[in-house]
Amino acid sequence: MAANGMDVAIVGVGLHPFGRFPGVSAIEMGAIAVQRALADAGIEWRDVQFAFAGSYEVDNPDAVVALLGLTGIPFTDVYNGCATASSALTLAANTIRLGEHDLGVAVGMDKHLPGAFSADPQQYACPSWYGELGHFVTTKFFGMKINKYMHDNGITQDTLARVAAKGYRNGARNPNAFRRKPLSEEEILASPMLNYPLTQYMFCSPDEGAAAVVLCKAEHARRYTSTPIYLCASTVRTRRLGAFEVHSPWLPIEEAPSPTVDASRAAYEQAGIGPEDVDVVQLQDTDAGAEVIHLAENGFCADGEQEALVADGALEIDGRLPVNTDGGLIANGEPIGASGLRQVHEVVLQLRGQAGDRQVPGTPRVGYTQLYGAPGTAGVSILSR
Amino acid sequence: MTTVPVDEGIFTWPAAEPQLIGSRCEACGIVTFPSQSSCPRCASTAMAKHLLPRHGRLWAWTTQEFPPPSPPYAGPTGADFEPFVIGYVVLGDQIKIETRLVDVTPSDLSPGMEMELAVVPFRTDDGGNEIMTFAFRPVA
Repeated sequence: MAANGMDVAIVGVGLHPFGRFPGVSAIEMGAIAVQRALADAGIEWRDVQFAFAGSYEVDNPDAVVALLGLTGIPFTDVYNGCATASSALTLAANTIRLGEHDLGVAVGMDKHLPGAFSADPQQYACPSWYGELGHFVTTKFFGMKINKYMHDNGITQDTLARVAAKGYRNGARNPNAFRRKPLSEEEILASPMLNYPLTQYMFCSPDEGAAAVVLCKAEHARRYTSTPIYLCASTVRTRRLGAFEVHSPWLPIEEAPSPTVDASRAAYEQAGIGPEDVDVVQLQDTDAGAEVIHLAENGFCADGEQEALVADGALEIDGRLPVNTDGGLIANGEPIGASGLRQVHEVVLQLRGQAGDRQVPGTPRVGYTQLYGAPGTAGVSILSR
Repeated sequence: MTTVPVDEGIFTWPAAEPQLIGSRCEACGIVTFPSQSSCPRCASTAMAKHLLPRHGRLWAWTTQEFPPPSPPYAGPTGADFEPFVIGYVVLGDQIKIETRLVDVTPSDLSPGMEMELAVVPFRTDDGGNEIMTFAFRPVA
């Protein structure tokens, strides 16, 4: 076997619901996600040969072993901005590809306070005055990028509201989602303006949750499951000079595509397929505008075609190109370390036909996930039955 | 009241016609703002001080309608917070600068609009000093 990139399989997935859980620590959520992934794969923690863990808030998420078992395995912590979970997944897959181990776990967990993310600008190679002036705000970047994109490509604010409404509608069908109440386009447009053209309900919220996957060498997959899902590609890329990125006090005249474009192209090449082969998609929708832009950046349409795709219902669960079937970040929020593994969890359920009320009809064969965020880092994975 | 810049070395001031202070790579010619000690394009460390053009054209913008998280934000919060407009202005064929946009109404903004540098009050600090920042405003 081992056609293009078919050398690693996902044989177990587990999730701690996303939302707010007073009194439950990120580590406890991480342990629950791992235990569910292990049960899904029919294995015990003592069978696991290595692990990677991603978190923003927890310095050492490998402390989850206190609740799982202190087995002495190599267990490496990663943090890579909003692409943390992609990074954990990619490193875990590569560990298997290198032949170092055959069976491992990637887990992500986080527990954020409410409100926009903040940090010391100097840790992002920005001057302190940039923060003092109020420029060091991620939501403002997203507002600026979609405002320019809408102007250049004829996208309307109504389309943003429709995309957000889809997120809440899909979230209502997902028992693990943070936001489970459908919101109308009118309610979304009438919520407070945060960064024009983005209103409050067009944004996701930082929240809490955990997700985990069990990966193994593809040729062993059927020891654990009758429905292995192959990880055909998993890539991480960072911004090039000229990309329009968050936290940029200046930009050069020359322009370059976003790191998402680079991560996406590399992933298609690794998998040996193209966007036309993808049946179910999870995109980083930090805000509704990001989903619109990411549709084009990942090759699913040309710039500007989103207006018609959204109006025609193509992105709905029963549409031609179902996007963010579990409600995406808009309905699930963003516990940074876990977010990308939540996307993988959803795609695995969809490809197995186990997504319940939100199952994509027919038999989806190929799924796609994409993460993007500060300071200009993107991760893409492609999975297939 | 004493007026002081938000940081030393980012714009010439006081000056009748203030300018942003950037750097230019002597090897590849890229212009940065603020100045930095090595080049983000070619990694050369031959970076020279470079004063930026005072005029440019609007490239992208949005509004900031809630007080940014403090810290790092040091401006007025709570009832004293006033939403502001922020964007990028392209300065000739040299660089795009992220900046506050003053004397504008968001609905009047359009890409390519001609803008000029201004130095404007940002906040008053605990010592009663008026902190000044750079901004861009439409050319009258």
